[in-house]
Amino acid sequence: MADVTPARGRLERALRSGRPVVTCEIGSPDGADPEDVRKRARLVRDYVDAVNVPDNTAGVVHAAPIASCAILVQEGIDPILHMTCRDRNRMALQSDLLGAALLGIRNILCLTGDHMIHGDQPETKPVYDVDSIVLLEIANHLTREGKYLSGREIKPPPDLFPGAAAEPFAPPYEYRPLRLAKKVDAGARFIQTQIVFNVERFREYMGRVCDLGLHRRVPILAGVAPIRSVKAATFMRDEVPGMEVPDRLIRRMAQVGDDKKRREAEGIAICVEIIEEIRRIPGVAGFHLMPINWESAVAKISREARLEPATPTPKGPAEATPSRLEAVPVARIPKDPSPPTPLPLER
Amino acid sequence: MEPKEHVPAMLEPLGRFLRRHPRANLQLNRAVAPFENSAKVLLFSCNMCGQCLLHENGFTCLMNCPKQLRNGPCGGVRMNGHCEVKPEMECVWVTAERRSRRLPGRALFLRIHGPLDWRRKGSSAILNAVAGWPGNGKE
Repeated sequence: MADVTPARGRLERALRSGRPVVTCEIGSPDGADPEDVRKRARLVRDYVDAVNVPDNTAGVVHAAPIASCAILVQEGIDPILHMTCRDRNRMALQSDLLGAALLGIRNILCLTGDHMIHGDQPETKPVYDVDSIVLLEIANHLTREGKYLSGREIKPPPDLFPGAAAEPFAPPYEYRPLRLAKKVDAGARFIQTQIVFNVERFREYMGRVCDLGLHRRVPILAGVAPIRSVKAATFMRDEVPGMEVPDRLIRRMAQVGDDKKRREAEGIAICVEIIEEIRRIPGVAGFHLMPINWESAVAKISREARLEPATPTPKGPAEATPSRLEAVPVARIPKDPSPPTPLPLER
Repeated sequence: MEPKEHVPAMLEPLGRFLRRHPRANLQLNRAVAPFENSAKVLLFSCNMCGQCLLHENGFTCLMNCPKQLRNGPCGGVRMNGHCEVKPEMECVWVTAERRSRRLPGRALFLRIHGPLDWRRKGSSAILNAVAGWPGNGKE
């Protein structure tokens, strides 16, 4: 039988290739139509090495990302599943990690999770049994030891590739690089940062990160996003904690006026400029595009910023039809998961 | 996962006794916990998790964090250093980071803490440390 999951492990191969890696994020749908996920996936599949699906971002409910990721696997895309500690205790986390592995999803972005206070159901009980660093340890524990936290055996163990997020733009600034070091110590194999609008602050942060030698231990992908309108930019600045949008950019967006075509073009132009600036910062291993519900922007940004995936896209939109649903991913798991070797990065 | 706390050698016999006699441990705990905890609540607004980290965080109780993060601040800290969930409260990690600079135990600030054992909530953290925490939530 042909390999039914040609994209499996593509992210890891891309990160090991030493070439700049491109990933992007697509929204999980608000609806029961799997075609919605496929449509979004086809808009981005030729431009990226892997695709993130966020987990109830900002505390607003969407379809479970594990389901969207399973559909991406059918589409021949290597998905990155966001796993948050907001809604799951350590038991649910372990079973979801193993469940993801069963579906052929191996890249897990371990997050603490946005608090529901910013969402549309702030009265919800938060869980936060463990945090992102312990979640990283749990994912590594399952993979390397082949055991649950209780010590009970998992046969065969999952072949997970856990990653983590980095936040350079929130206080305490001196502690942020050290927290990244903690995440690397806990076993993060790749890092995706918060959206960079303030390049100055990011340069400072990366300087500290390089001083600590973290860029040689783990590839760091800089998060970038196009601004769609003045409203979106001010919302990100005022309502989303941990996001820093300089007033300079907001003024620039205001100057182009309200015409949709012109402001979208300007938003993409700003994004491309930021990418060009980040390219000159040492220690950055690639880019993570976050076009919030604007997947068609990925193609434009890639073209204008000359971003290319580090690995070739597997053939065809995976000749995936819903009828292949059952046939999908019996993941090939190596008997003896090799201990992680440092990635050969020379930047 | 949880590294063993540093306990003075002279308390080691007590620790051995408590490990050997779980009933005595429980009863002593009942006697000590209210005093220890009320003092810590008054002084440090402690949350009585029973697995105290006050000494390495500049005497800031991390369990006041709405996400109860014990391994570092989340990405939602506001520009003024306040909490994203409770805008009127300074992020416990901003406080802890500032205070711990002036106190010993700063080196411990960087170690990774394993998951909490929720069964220990409300018990005496000092006795727990003397008796030795069960690794990994197993007795």
